[in-house]
This record gives sequence, C-alpha cells and structure tokens, in this order.
Amino acid sequence: MVSVQVRLPSPLRSFVGGAAVTDIDGDTVGEVLSRLVDRHRELERHLFGGTGQLRNFVSIYLNDEDIRHLQRESTPVRSGDVVSIVPAIAGGAPAGATPPAGRPAPSELPLADSVETSPPLTGDQLRRYSRHLLLPEVGVRGQRRLRASKVLLVGAGGLGSPAALYLAAAGVGEIGLVDFDRVEASNLQRQVIYGTHDIGRPKLDSARDRLKDLNPDVVVRMHEVHLSSENAMEILRPYDVIVDGTDNFPTRYLVNDAAVLLGKPNVYGSIYRFEGQASVFDARKGPCYRCLYPEPPPPGLVPSCAEGGVLGVLPGIVGTIQATETVKLLLGVGEPLVGRLLLFDALSLRFRELRLRKNPDCVLCGTHPTQTGLIDYPAFCGVPSPATAPEAGAVPEIAPEGLAARLAQEEPPLLVDVRSPSEWEIVHLPGATLIPLAELPDRVTELTHAREVVVYCHKGNRSGRATRLLLDLGFTHVASLRGGIEAYAEKVDPTLPRY
Amino acid sequence: MKVVFPPTVVRDIRRHGEATYPEECCGFLIGPNGGATPGPERRVRRTIPAENRNESLRSRRFEIPPEELRQVERGLEGTDEAVLGFYHSHPDHPAVPSQFDQDHAWPWYTYVVLAVVGGRSGDFGAFELDPDERRFSPVPWTVEPVAVPER
Repeated sequence: MVSVQVRLPSPLRSFVGGAAVTDIDGDTVGEVLSRLVDRHRELERHLFGGTGQLRNFVSIYLNDEDIRHLQRESTPVRSGDVVSIVPAIAGGAPAGATPPAGRPAPSELPLADSVETSPPLTGDQLRRYSRHLLLPEVGVRGQRRLRASKVLLVGAGGLGSPAALYLAAAGVGEIGLVDFDRVEASNLQRQVIYGTHDIGRPKLDSARDRLKDLNPDVVVRMHEVHLSSENAMEILRPYDVIVDGTDNFPTRYLVNDAAVLLGKPNVYGSIYRFEGQASVFDARKGPCYRCLYPEPPPPGLVPSCAEGGVLGVLPGIVGTIQATETVKLLLGVGEPLVGRLLLFDALSLRFRELRLRKNPDCVLCGTHPTQTGLIDYPAFCGVPSPATAPEAGAVPEIAPEGLAARLAQEEPPLLVDVRSPSEWEIVHLPGATLIPLAELPDRVTELTHAREVVVYCHKGNRSGRATRLLLDLGFTHVASLRGGIEAYAEKVDPTLPRY
Repeated sequence: MKVVFPPTVVRDIRRHGEATYPEECCGFLIGPNGGATPGPERRVRRTIPAENRNESLRSRRFEIPPEELRQVERGLEGTDEAVLGFYHSHPDHPAVPSQFDQDHAWPWYTYVVLAVVGGRSGDFGAFELDPDERRFSPVPWTVEPVAVPER
C-alpha cells in the first residue's frame, strides 16, 4: 500500500473540507478512489453512477495519463503519484429543438455545399428512405448528404460485398469498386453480392448489376485494375471515404498511405478464420494503419484466407461494421471508430476494443514524417511482384504432366503434401505424405531417405516455399508441383475433387 | 450569490457565439479563486474560449474534454485565478439551460448561456445548480466596469 495525492476539481473540494489535494493510500487507482469515497461519502454520487461505475463525465488521470489509456481502474499506483479527477463539461440546446430551415449545421466534410445545391429528394426517394428520414440523426438533410457522397471500396470480395450492398441500400450516391477478379465458386460461401449464375463473370460487372438492382439511383464506378502506386492517388482522389476490403498487405499499406496523403478517412476491416478486426484510420484525427503496424509481417507468416480459411459469416459482420462506420462518417453523427481497434471473435462471440494511439514516430503521419509519397509496396512487404519475381523461377518445378509420368515409373519420387490436414481431407494424391508447411522444419528428417522429393500444395505457393526451405537444408533432388494439386486435377486427373 | 461580469467578458462571449453560429460556442469563465465555498459575490475577470469538441451535433451540443479543462487549470496553478464556470451559446434558442445542460452540470460552477438568434447574439443568462443539485436556478448578475488604474 502506497500513498498518493488525489487532486480534486473545484466543484468537489467542498466535500473534502476545501482542499485541492488530499492524500489517500492504495495499490491501484480503483482502490484509491474507493477509499476516497469511503472517507468522503458525499463524493460518491458525483464520481460513480448507480452501478458503481465511474460516471461518463468524469475522467481520471494518473499523473499525465488518462487511465483509459492505461489499465483503467486496475492501473497500479506508486508512491508520490498524482491521481487527478477531471470533469468533462457538456451541454446544449433543448433536445427537441431543430435548427430552423435554411440554416444548416456546417459539416466537417467538404460535401456540405453540394448538399445545399442538390435537388430535393424525389417522391420515390422519400418512400425508399423513409426509415432513415424518421431518424432525427439522418433526416432529409442526412439523406441528401448520403446521396451527394462518394465511397470507394477497395476489393469486392468478402468485406466489400456486404459493405457495397448496405451502402447502396442506404442511398450513398456514388460507389466505386476496385477489383479485377472473376467470380469463382469458392467465393459464394461469403461474397453475398454474387450469385451462382455469376460464376466466371468479372466481379465488377456482377456487382454493378446487383447494386443497380438494389438501388437504381446509385452510380457505380468500376475500376477494373490492380491498385498500384502508379494509379492509387488518382483513383482514390474523388472519393469522400475509402473502405479497405483488401486481402493482402501490399495493397493494405498502399490504401492506407494514399488515404493519409490525400487526407481521407480509411475504414479498415480484416478477417482471418474466425476473427475479425475493424477500425477507422483518419490521420487527421487519430492513428493510421502504419501507427498500428509500422512494418508488415514477414511474408508467409500470416496466411491468407485462401490458405487459412475463413468462416463465411465473418466478413458479413466485419463488412457491415465498415458500412456502419462509413455511413456515420458521411452523416457526421456518432462516435467513429477512430483511435479504437475493434476485435471480434466469432467462436466466443465476443467484441473487444483496443485503444490506438497516433505514433509520433510514424513515418507517414507522425510529427516528422519522412515518407511523403507512395512507395514500392510489394518490395516493402517482401512479396515479389508478379512482373519481377526473380525467385519464382529459382525453385525447381515439375509440371503436372511430368509428375504423372514420373509417378508411373519405377522408383517414383517421394510426394510431400504441405497443406493443412483439413485440405488433405478434401483431396490428396495417392501415396503422398502429409507434412503441413509449418511442421516441415521439425519433420525434415522424415525425408532424408528419399532420393527425390516432389512437394505440392493447393496452387503452388506454399510448395514453392517448402522447396526453397529444403534446398537451403541441402536437399538436391527436390521440386515443387507447378500449379499445385489444382493444376494436377485440371491437367492430369479430372476425377480429383477441386476446392 | 451574485455574479459580476466586466463588459469585456460579455462582449467576448457575444462575439464568440456569433462567430461560431450556427454551432454552439463554449469556453471558460476565469476569475479570482474564491475557495471551495464561494462568498456572496463571484467576479469573472476574463474568458478563455474553447473549441466545441462535440463530434455529432455542434448546432445543439457542446463539449469540452477533460484534458482541456485540465490544461487550463494547470495554467492557473500558482495564480490567484481559477475556473469559475463555463459559457456556451444556444443558436436559435432561448438563453435558458436545457435538460441536457442540467444533466451534465456540476455544482459550484457558474454556467452562462447566450442566445444567438439568426447569427446575432441575444439574451444572456447565468445559472447554477441548486444546493440539492437537481435543478438549475438563475443567479443574479450585473455588468460592472473594471477599475481602471488612474494615470
């Protein structure tokens, strides 16, 4: 138990005999406060609500730090610390009042002017958006504001699908989509904007049709390109809010950096297996993605959804959270997810929240930024870009047809499957041994007797890394199956299931 | 208790309210520290304008984060001055405290409300929480010139 000073604001001093500072013992901030209240009962109703929780309008500082940035009431205290009680001051005009017509509340977003000059809502729009218009926080003004706003979705996949649907339904005037994939059967488990009949179509064509059907008023801008340092600024520039629905680190850093440089909010979401994250990165008001992760993880450490799997509902939850934040930003209502990282775990069905702080040393948005433009993101993330991949060919590969021929001969090579056990269960090559990539370094001795090893995975990425590892460990006769078991099923054995 | 304002303070509050219209303005009332139990008269000496940090509806709400209050109080440490209260404006609404004002009020402080109608400042009122702390009551106030030292 140590003794700390508690500093009281003027309104509460009369309850402690007029003193500005009083000494209290305790081990944590919470203990100090409860002893303070025990000694001066009158303080209780000012500091704590009926539930025993600290009142919303009371902030507690330990020395210079708000305890919400520390361990809240369980923050330990040391001898000589100063605990300050600071009231937040708020108020305002009567709740039922509305500003008179013709005197709009100015907005933070530059689009307010275009709202004022835009035509009134049509009869069809009044009917369509009636449930929004009933909300005083939206109303006709807010709905016109949504109609005058422009949102860019980077990625029209698991996150982009629900986000685009809800933003179009909400009446966002212009929705831009960046994607260059085609719809595949394996997308439909979570990318709810597409239907079975869309398989094989360009994603943007299908998405545009669906969004126009949902809300014909929405203008859909299609950017059927790979977002890159060369085109990102130009593509992002016209939009008010950027929604990051990317599935890879180079593009995520690119989106973050371009949004920071252009001074636009970046509504971030990411998903992996059963867990999701969301935040709003707005460097003007809080941290950016680089403040959170100054550098990307080494390539291969964090598997993509294509490798690790993802619960189909999960992007629905995270993507709709992104849509919620986007609509709030456009309306200028509520408390945005700025400076907070929301973590969601579907298995335990729990939301958690982490406080994020702006990193003063952030190269992009810190006090002395050193990065003033876009960089080479594939290189930054250690991912060879497709055009310049020098290592791709550096690993010996074997074509599916070549492997089939070798397997038919005497002394066939030892086949090693480096995928996960759940993928192995779907399909594997006869005679293969399962050694998931992560276990390979520990189980490499199982391979030493083999004269020749062929490694395969789903599409050839993981087997390439496994082959590189084996070469580094001194194996000489080792090759990676080009295109993985997917290519083998396509070229050699059409009876194999594909996923 | 009576609150006394120099004309400069009234002028500054009016100007602030007109400048931020149609949003609410807000700020601090600063004056000699009368101690924990104020005497019969409270003299406001000057104001410190604050930025309205309400994120959602600044036309009808104001907010001064604790960190700002703390900074102002720190600046006054060691002087004879203290934060005596707060002022804010009601754009296009009368100069009476709202229920919201009352719900967020603290004892001891003086709250000044300024009506700004159509961009021009109007009525002006000073309020304090009753001793039972359930209701706001208007407190009498006057404007008195500051004593100008003789040349």
